[in-house]
Amino acid sequence: MNYKMLGRLISQILLVEAVFMLPALFISLHDRQWGASKAFAYTILIIAIVAGGMFAVCRNAQKKIYAREGLVCVGVSWIFMSVLGCLPFYFSGEIPHFIDALFEIVSGFTTTGASILSNVEALSRGIMYWRSFSHWIGGMGVLVFLLAVVPVAGQGSGFTMHLLRAESPGPNVGKLVPRMGQTAKILYMMYVLLTILNIVFLMFGGLPLFDSVCIGIGTAGTGGFGIKNDSIASYSPYIQNVCTVFMILFGVNFSCYYLLLIKEWKAVFKDEELRMYIGVILGSVAIISCNVRGMYATLEETVRHVFFQVASIITTTGFGTTDFDLWPSLSKSILLFLMVIGACAGSTGGGLKCGRFLLLAKSLKRNIRQVLDPQKVSVVRNNGQMVSEKVLDNTNAYLVAYAFIVLFSFVLVSLDGQSMETNVSAVIACFNNIGPGFDAVGATCNYSVFGTGTKLVLIMDMLAGRLEIFPILILLSRHTWKRR
Amino acid sequence: MKILIAGDGKVGMTLAKKLLLEDNDVTLIDINQSVLDSTVERIDVMTLQGNAASMEVLKQAGVMNADLLIAVTSADEINLLCCMTAHILNKKLHTIARMRNPEYGDQIYEMRDVFGLSMTVNPERQAALEIERLLKYPGFLKRDTFAKGRVEIVELRIDEESKLCGVPLYDMGSIVKCKVLICAVSRDCEVFIPGGDYVFKQGDRIFVTAASDHLTTLLRNLGIVQHKVKNVLLCGGGGVSFYLAQQLEKSGINVQLIEQDEKRCIELACQLPQINVIHGDASNQFLLESEGINDCDALVTMTGLDEMNMIISLFGTRCKVPQIITKVDHTENNIQDSLPIGSVVCPKDLCCTNIVRYVRAMQNAVGAAITMHTIADGQAEAMEFMVDDNTQHCGEPLKNLPIRKNVLIACITSGRRTDIPNGDSTFRKGDRIIVVSSGDQVIKQLNDIFVG
Repeated sequence: MNYKMLGRLISQILLVEAVFMLPALFISLHDRQWGASKAFAYTILIIAIVAGGMFAVCRNAQKKIYAREGLVCVGVSWIFMSVLGCLPFYFSGEIPHFIDALFEIVSGFTTTGASILSNVEALSRGIMYWRSFSHWIGGMGVLVFLLAVVPVAGQGSGFTMHLLRAESPGPNVGKLVPRMGQTAKILYMMYVLLTILNIVFLMFGGLPLFDSVCIGIGTAGTGGFGIKNDSIASYSPYIQNVCTVFMILFGVNFSCYYLLLIKEWKAVFKDEELRMYIGVILGSVAIISCNVRGMYATLEETVRHVFFQVASIITTTGFGTTDFDLWPSLSKSILLFLMVIGACAGSTGGGLKCGRFLLLAKSLKRNIRQVLDPQKVSVVRNNGQMVSEKVLDNTNAYLVAYAFIVLFSFVLVSLDGQSMETNVSAVIACFNNIGPGFDAVGATCNYSVFGTGTKLVLIMDMLAGRLEIFPILILLSRHTWKRR
Repeated sequence: MKILIAGDGKVGMTLAKKLLLEDNDVTLIDINQSVLDSTVERIDVMTLQGNAASMEVLKQAGVMNADLLIAVTSADEINLLCCMTAHILNKKLHTIARMRNPEYGDQIYEMRDVFGLSMTVNPERQAALEIERLLKYPGFLKRDTFAKGRVEIVELRIDEESKLCGVPLYDMGSIVKCKVLICAVSRDCEVFIPGGDYVFKQGDRIFVTAASDHLTTLLRNLGIVQHKVKNVLLCGGGGVSFYLAQQLEKSGINVQLIEQDEKRCIELACQLPQINVIHGDASNQFLLESEGINDCDALVTMTGLDEMNMIISLFGTRCKVPQIITKVDHTENNIQDSLPIGSVVCPKDLCCTNIVRYVRAMQNAVGAAITMHTIADGQAEAMEFMVDDNTQHCGEPLKNLPIRKNVLIACITSGRRTDIPNGDSTFRKGDRIIVVSSGDQVIKQLNDIFVG
């Protein structure tokens, strides 16, 4: 294990975090919120000291890391980032308990949007901004940002691939262009552009700048922290529709946008994952709309609410315009199903990912055929190209790990004494980075009902879900830390 | 520049690495996914699995926007087809193909335009030429010529009984009694440009710049005896061997060639009537002795196995063969430096150097290096530039110039005069300058050697 390079990368990531914290500090200073300002200033100072010290120790690192270091680096850096990122909440006293503050920031970075706050509106604006901005940072990933702006490695070395693979979601992560730095730049460029577009559209709807920015960046990361207690419900239908559209857009694989950028229209339209994603959204909207008819005054309102909720859940954002806990159980089951599926691979959303679901379904279909006709040779194809057995194996292993962790966490969470529905939905909502679940953690409630232990379990679930399990799981393995 | 490389073998991978250092976007195409997987984890390139000669794959790899295609798959035919197809898709594309089969040699030259080729490289042939040049001047481990053959950079190993052993650099002039310059030293696998207080040590390999006329003087004064090569023993009958034997045959040198495969022996005997082709195992010491390893002037080991070549060469050293040349394909580990196996020739490295030179020339049509050689196992580069109107600091004495660290001006030739420079030397427009740089510095044009 190349600890020095690990330390060097982490110190750089922390510096990026400190820089990202500056706008929040300025907002607090502007609002003359001295408590919050001090909290941010202290945190930035602490981060600077920790990162500076680490960098000083590790500056002469050998710039060579392998798959193992890549995974460990991503896992450890996210934990570091979370622990230091929650300090403003804690220092300002706006979230008095450390574990609560940690839960809130992990929920932010992992773009979950699960909150322990019952009164969001009481927060000062700087804190509120930092809370939403953590979604934006976590959405695309801070390591990817690092790859885009800093020549992390010696020029031309390929190990950065391990970092991208570990942080970007999806079964088959690849580059868009030959250079890693360039790839990361393109990803962030598209991310920033879409975010700005989102904010501009929200401002057209008459939203103040601060609200637009907070909701815009919350949507971009498919996070779900609102700035009102009732999330998006009190905004105009126009704002709600803008949110619906942009949530869906941010749930699309970003390589599709790159293909549009280089005018490869055909490849985008033929993309099987995108087709499935759109298909699932439209199908769910149709079924749920029929199911909940009569609950809302007009058809327009019904479709608007259903569309919003479906988009919010499948992209794992977690905004709400209505309390879907009151919907009939068929609708709720469909939402639970959407929670598990999640958005497209390579998007800012979480969940199992449409692409992975597609692969699993195809390989299941193949296996069934093989049972019927054992001599038959068949391969799994995706977008017309053969999917290697290695990718299929990894996907299957991912599903198994996913199921184990969900079940295990469910048992641990059950110790807290809440209802079954609460526990199941809390674990699934946290692991898939959605936010609201059902019953006691439903759209209108929050996670403050749980005890400290449960919150810790859910924190680990959120991290494991965002980083696709393995970067977190291997931190617990003895082999990881062994000398090679 | 956007560069496609077809074939992710040793040459493809080494090329990708070198071209990356010079800020090019590289995409590698190969039929074998697992090779690509390991490559993408080592260097920052994009990879694509597929047949590089198919139009679909080339399009997917972005041939439309590419500037250069380098086809270095293992099959000549695929390389050709790949270049042809790519050229049809993109008329502005430069294409380089590796062609190894000697039977295609002539027709390739005739049909370059039909195939859309900008350049072909033949590593075996290059290696053969290199070996032949070494044989003509025994005593040097390596020779690189510049300025139309008037200047050379030669590599010498400092042996125990060498006159230079223990001598500081500033005293060197009194021993060699001619104007030469030590432009690089390789000691324990590390390459540096020596200062005046550098002391020669046993085991060092030094790179000397000298006018070609002075080489004989240099050798004589260093006490290195020159044998004129008359009898050569070649081990292995592969491509390099064939080309080399062909050349040696022309210059009337007596050649013994040992090859293991009987069919290949017959082929060689058919194509090279003057050569003694011997069917047998070259690692068999009895055979080597019976074929006269004890009284030949030079031994060249070129079998397909590096370890076999090294062992035969070691045996040759023990038999006190005056000149030994070893072909080694895997040079990454530098293991050959520590062994007394004479000169080392690596066909694949030679091939890469050639292609990199072409790429640099493509990038800056004006001011590109005229000649480029890598020395000291690729850890340093010697380049020849022409001084033109754009060159800075014309006419200023060298001691006043802000030259970058690890860069040395090794020679200035103006007209007929060859000058090994000192602090007071100057250069003018029209002169040719030889620059040696070590380390990671990339010198693309002459002005790159100055600070700032």
